Amino acid sequence: MRDYALFIPEYIACGVALLVIALELFAPRLRKDLLAYLTALGAVAWFAAGLAFLDRDPKSYQGLFISDDFTAFFRLLAAGIVFVVALMSAEFLKRQRGVDQGEFYGLLLVAGSAMTIMAGATELLTAYLALEVLSFSLYVLVGILKRDLRSNEASLKYILLGAFSSALFLYGLSLVYGAAGTTSYAGIAEAFAGRDSGLDPAVAVGMMLILAGVGFKVSAAPFHMWAPDAYEGAPLPITAFLSTLSKAAGFALILRLFSTAFVTDAESWRWAFLALAAVTMTVGNLIAIQQKNLKRLVAYSSIGQVGYMLISIAALGYGDAQVGLNATSGLLVHLVGYIVTTLALFSALTAAVSRTGSEEIAGLRGLAETQPFLALVITASLFSFAGLPFFAGFATKLFMLQGATTDETIWIVALAVLNSFISLYYYLMVIRQMYLFDPLGEAVRFRVQPVLWGLAAILLLGILFIGMYPGPAFEFSEQAAKPLFESASAAASARVQAP
Amino acid sequence: MTFDEGQGYVVLATLVLPLAAALILIFTPGSQKMAVRYISAVTGAILAALSIYIFVAYQVDGPEAQMNLNWAWVENVAFLGPGGISLRLAVDGISALMALLTGVVAFAGALASWKIEYRNKDFYILYWILLAGVYGTFFAYDLFFFFFFYELAVMPLYLLIGVWGSTRKEYGAAKLTLMLVGGSVLIWIGIFATFHQAGIGTFDLPSLWAAGQDGTISATAQKVIFPLMVVGCGVLAALWPFHTWSPDGHMSAPTAVSMVHAGVLMKLGAFGIIRLGIQLLPEGAAFWMPALMVLGTIGAVYGATAALTQRDFKLISGYSSVSHMGYVLMGLATMNTIGITGAVLQMFSHGVMTALVFLMIGALYDQAHTRDMKEFGGLGRVMPLWVIFYAIAGLANVGLPGFSGFTAEFHIFVGTFRTYPVFGALAIFAAALAAAYMLRMFATVFFGPLNPHWKDLKDLTPLERLSGAMLIASIVIMGVWWAPFTERVGHTVTLLPGVTG
Repeated sequence: MRDYALFIPEYIACGVALLVIALELFAPRLRKDLLAYLTALGAVAWFAAGLAFLDRDPKSYQGLFISDDFTAFFRLLAAGIVFVVALMSAEFLKRQRGVDQGEFYGLLLVAGSAMTIMAGATELLTAYLALEVLSFSLYVLVGILKRDLRSNEASLKYILLGAFSSALFLYGLSLVYGAAGTTSYAGIAEAFAGRDSGLDPAVAVGMMLILAGVGFKVSAAPFHMWAPDAYEGAPLPITAFLSTLSKAAGFALILRLFSTAFVTDAESWRWAFLALAAVTMTVGNLIAIQQKNLKRLVAYSSIGQVGYMLISIAALGYGDAQVGLNATSGLLVHLVGYIVTTLALFSALTAAVSRTGSEEIAGLRGLAETQPFLALVITASLFSFAGLPFFAGFATKLFMLQGATTDETIWIVALAVLNSFISLYYYLMVIRQMYLFDPLGEAVRFRVQPVLWGLAAILLLGILFIGMYPGPAFEFSEQAAKPLFESASAAASARVQAP
Repeated sequence: MTFDEGQGYVVLATLVLPLAAALILIFTPGSQKMAVRYISAVTGAILAALSIYIFVAYQVDGPEAQMNLNWAWVENVAFLGPGGISLRLAVDGISALMALLTGVVAFAGALASWKIEYRNKDFYILYWILLAGVYGTFFAYDLFFFFFFYELAVMPLYLLIGVWGSTRKEYGAAKLTLMLVGGSVLIWIGIFATFHQAGIGTFDLPSLWAAGQDGTISATAQKVIFPLMVVGCGVLAALWPFHTWSPDGHMSAPTAVSMVHAGVLMKLGAFGIIRLGIQLLPEGAAFWMPALMVLGTIGAVYGATAALTQRDFKLISGYSSVSHMGYVLMGLATMNTIGITGAVLQMFSHGVMTALVFLMIGALYDQAHTRDMKEFGGLGRVMPLWVIFYAIAGLANVGLPGFSGFTAEFHIFVGTFRTYPVFGALAIFAAALAAAYMLRMFATVFFGPLNPHWKDLKDLTPLERLSGAMLIASIVIMGVWWAPFTERVGHTVTLLPGVTG
């Protein structure tokens, strides 16, 4: 049965997207920030509709898409991210000229919907199409500042490398399809589980190509080269969007694909994730030390974070379904903590940068004197990234790494902890600018736009809440992770009975 | 509500009160500097009272862990079983004494910071967050919260030293923070490994201790994890060769931070070695303790020797702290009742004594703006009370009978001679060096001709007298009537796994 009702939340999101674009087209004199508030309102409706899909029995749409708690989890995340980024942009874009705001906000919603489809896709081509919708939206969003050369350059680099990675991904899909004879995840898992011989080398190559393709999207080293440039050139809210939504979407796709379709051959791909994780976190954190630009610093620091998260995916291959569930729950709860923290950081940075006009780290000089609240939010976010207590990062990183700890992965968990120690160094360099130095010029308190102030305050409370009482977020993450491993354990038991 | 449960809330209050004070201060206008000071003074006084109550109310004939409080926090999720993480607080004989130390030093430190004018609100906010972390670590009976509070106590130091410090403060702050967090990295890895090896799905410390003692955590694993835990905690306890942050950090830190840091925070490291080393990994302890004995002895002798060559008051005290923490580690490494009891007594004794020393240094530096020993002389004529207070701290430092240092060091030396006679001799040699550097300083600074440049120095302010008097009272009481101290500590120490009589 074609259950069109499964996509009701996305109808809302895309409907609002069309409405926003049409509004700008037909009512060009409308105040532009109304579009932002309309988008935010749409995100709220989308979120509310998404809540209705929690705690339901999994329902599949034609074997292409499944609506379960995992999908619902990412839908809520997407709606939340779009909400925050839209409000952030309302303030940011006031200062920019020549931006087609209708498209800007419309694409935010479209990208968010694509993330939901990526999380729910149970078929390779659906996953690929969703990935492309997300990527194309981001290409445009990164280059939306048409008169800014850096923005154009960033967009061009992003398109070229993104197209290349899409090609890798697609080629990988074709190899897997060639061996399995089907593109559905369940079919692939069945075909691989039921074969007589060992792993076909072509499939191994296909998996690695898929991994490389998604590695580009989540900016895992050595596929991270585009990220610092794209982050630097993009408008600030889009930098926030890139480092939250685009990464979360990538992980959603990887998680479902590797924990269901490719689970049989975990032993063949798990080392690749370990290697990728080790390289990514080390490269990200070491290069971050040398950065002078805030956005580039965040870019490299988020590459480091991706490195930690990849450990959890590797851990899927080093244990049974229970270990997989532990690792995935940990990864999801860390993703939530990471997203809330990043959004808080960018809300504060947007406010600070709109005042100082400088995106250098040194531009934050003396912020503790001129705007103590923003300095507090930035400090809390950075401490959260570093995993210090009271802040989300402490609990979520601990859960994620503990969940990923097995006899074989303990060494890389240790490496992750060492890396988060390195990261504290460059976070302290930012905090030093704000608290240890006097501001340039006279130290006058400045006011923050109320919307940004409110956003930063709410997100700061979110960081503190997750940090001090992580229970609800962790339980929610476990609930979201469960559907992936029920089918895995069912498949495993089916395999035992088959011969 | 049972009596014990009610007392659990007293323990909880020691964490909540400083955090509440920090929260109230956040919403106090920064221009109200006096209000900030009064709020902090009241908080310090209540904390001191609560701490004294906890110490006195701990019953030496009762169960080991008293004043329990156990709130489920996160459980039955993923790898966490029933009671996975709970806010479990309790007091044992060791933490009762540490609470007393924290209360006295925190109150004294709050009073000593009265003089701070520059952004004193922010200073006190960070100060109280730090103290919440200290209390939390001492009382936590859950590994998650132990580490939570441990890190919480380290976190504010960067700003406290970087903003309000002196002499090369940025360097000192960065070095101290990075080294301490580097230490906690090792603890963090140790925690992951322990939880995984125990495989019981809970961070509850008593359950994990049981797992360590009945072999659920294998002997091999314990031998691997133990160095992670002990070096990780050891960084904070100035374990040689990871002590180098201590002189630099103390030199840069403002007075109250030096007091709390040397007085209380360094004890968290030694306390961590008891909790996460001796109690959690007894097999590992049995294997590695001789190595800790060697490092502790080197620290004791090296610190004393280095102090002998320094001219800056704070550097002398910084190195003297390295030396005294060396004694603590030696006492722990003896693995016999008297040695470990001595180590815990030394933690207390060194805490109050060092706090007093840093208080005195601060009182001088705030007026003279130099800490170079050679520039002073004959201060006894202008600052008699200052000289008396400093002399008491110094004599306690040397281990003169009648002061706390004697009680503590005597226990440690007896314990060390029982197991490692050679190291015992070295420890006494280090104590002789302590006498040398202290008396050298007394001779230069207190006596001799007065440099006319310093004739206008003022003696201690009433607030400094009050905080100094509290610290001196602690030093003297422990020096002359140590039974209440040794009873409480010994009550717990005899129950530690692997400890001989």
